[in-house]
Amino acid sequence: MFTSASIKELEKIRAKYPTSRAALLPAIYIAQREFGWLSPEAYEAVADILEVPKATVRGVATFYAMYKQRPIGRHLIQLCTNVSCMILGAEKLVDFLKNSYGIVPGGVSSDGRYSLVIMECIGACGTAPAMLVNDDFYEDLTEKYIAEILDKYK
Amino acid sequence: MESLLLKNIDNPASAEIGEYRKTGGYQSLAKAVEMEPKQIVDEVKKAGLRGRGGAGFPVAMKWTFASADPKFPKYLLCNADEGEPGTFKDRPILEKNPHLLIEGMAISGHALKAEYGYIYLRGEYPAAKHILEKAIQQAYEENMLGSNILGKGIKFHLAVHQGAGAYICGEETALIESLEGDKGQPRIKPPFPVNVGVFSRPTVVNNVETLSNLPCIIGMGGEAYSKIGTPDCPGPKIFCISGHVEKPGVYELPMGTKLRDIIYTHCGGIKGGKKLKAVIPGGISTPVLPPDKIDCPMDFVNMPKHGSMLGSGAVIVMDDSVCMVRVCHRALRFFEHESCGKCTPCREGTGWLRAILGRIEEGEGMEGDIDMLLAVAANMLGKTFCPLGDGAASVVQNFIRYFRPEFEEHIKARKCTVNG
Repeated sequence: MFTSASIKELEKIRAKYPTSRAALLPAIYIAQREFGWLSPEAYEAVADILEVPKATVRGVATFYAMYKQRPIGRHLIQLCTNVSCMILGAEKLVDFLKNSYGIVPGGVSSDGRYSLVIMECIGACGTAPAMLVNDDFYEDLTEKYIAEILDKYK
Repeated sequence: MESLLLKNIDNPASAEIGEYRKTGGYQSLAKAVEMEPKQIVDEVKKAGLRGRGGAGFPVAMKWTFASADPKFPKYLLCNADEGEPGTFKDRPILEKNPHLLIEGMAISGHALKAEYGYIYLRGEYPAAKHILEKAIQQAYEENMLGSNILGKGIKFHLAVHQGAGAYICGEETALIESLEGDKGQPRIKPPFPVNVGVFSRPTVVNNVETLSNLPCIIGMGGEAYSKIGTPDCPGPKIFCISGHVEKPGVYELPMGTKLRDIIYTHCGGIKGGKKLKAVIPGGISTPVLPPDKIDCPMDFVNMPKHGSMLGSGAVIVMDDSVCMVRVCHRALRFFEHESCGKCTPCREGTGWLRAILGRIEEGEGMEGDIDMLLAVAANMLGKTFCPLGDGAASVVQNFIRYFRPEFEEHIKARKCTVNG
């Protein structure tokens, strides 16, 4: 079940579209925010509120990379390793995260603080290498800079 | 050249409607609401505007098709799913100049008699979502959007729809599927979106940069606009340059600026005075070029004559420390990940190309691998639902076309011969 605040938010979103099905992607985002990841309960909540079969919700959600099928850490690191970032050293930064923080791509740190996802271009190629931590962009990354940034996310 | 699309982006308050209006913002919309829809389409035709998403399709032609369809309501979708690796040209408009886009969409909506618009924004731009939503709200408050725009009885409603990390949704029919709440898999064409688009209604899908040209065209008139750039591809173009140049970033330059001038004049040349090895001129899906092929005017008509494409204007510059096998492999990892799985040549082909390139890079390449890569690529090209498969195949073909000895050396030496 969604909280009443989320139900209200979703009603507003639904009003923007001629069909309730079109509100599916935003609804999955809200479920993810509320349940932390797309747990069976999260799927159920989306299916109930939009009156869409659970299998359909799951079919759609699993297509998209940004919907989380597993619990994630408190902070989500999304590091780009596509070509512009790669040629400026992004893959060394993946090794740095593994060696210094014990986080592997697709994994969660043992203290549950960080999750790492490797991204396919986040549109910060002119200031590569780059990453997002939660909703914040960080660019021109170095190992030292990453250490400073991650320190802020407790 | 005076900046038209990136005007004011250095002003920290550039996303505010008040700041935008101070420098003439929304005056083109005021002019447009006094015009008949057909007059606006005629100005766009005179301007010679081509779509900036990569295909370069004439905008007025697309609009005319949608206008000719008798079904209502019509929809205008802005493709802000900027996902082509190397591309970051729309982000400054979305984050710093959102009202330019909103004004462009309101003008376009009037031209198309479209009453509803959506900005399909990639999930990877969370900051842009908040900025756009705030800007849209401001535009409603000042009557630039809504049911009675500027008191002229014109209706255009606009909302942001956030994607969730699927490159394929930049393809217009996949974008439509995704907006309708489905997996972002392309539809077979025809019917084209201009007749049967989102919610089965006539739909125009245009890129952020394309729509952002509308205030300039209406402001200065199509005739004057057409004098910017080249005769076949008029207008300003936002180029985004990344990789090994001294000054990477976004540059608004006339369409048709030579690739060499972009790299050496505007971006200050190769970083650290190193040697240029390769350039991907229009985002990762466009054919790579060697250093002796960069004297080409960057526009939709001239680039194909020089063996590549303008694409999104995303220039990736690589110096001689970069291994071409590695870049090609990384590109194919991307295409395999982003293939939507709908059609077999792309779903299977991208995986096989990635696997063969991977073993060459890891020193396990076999004799005949290069020919096998070319055979797989040839079996994909022109045989897929959408251009993603073509992109993947042509990336492999062109890396091998210009850098075949490097692939051969990798196989022979059983290791990377560029970085040891």
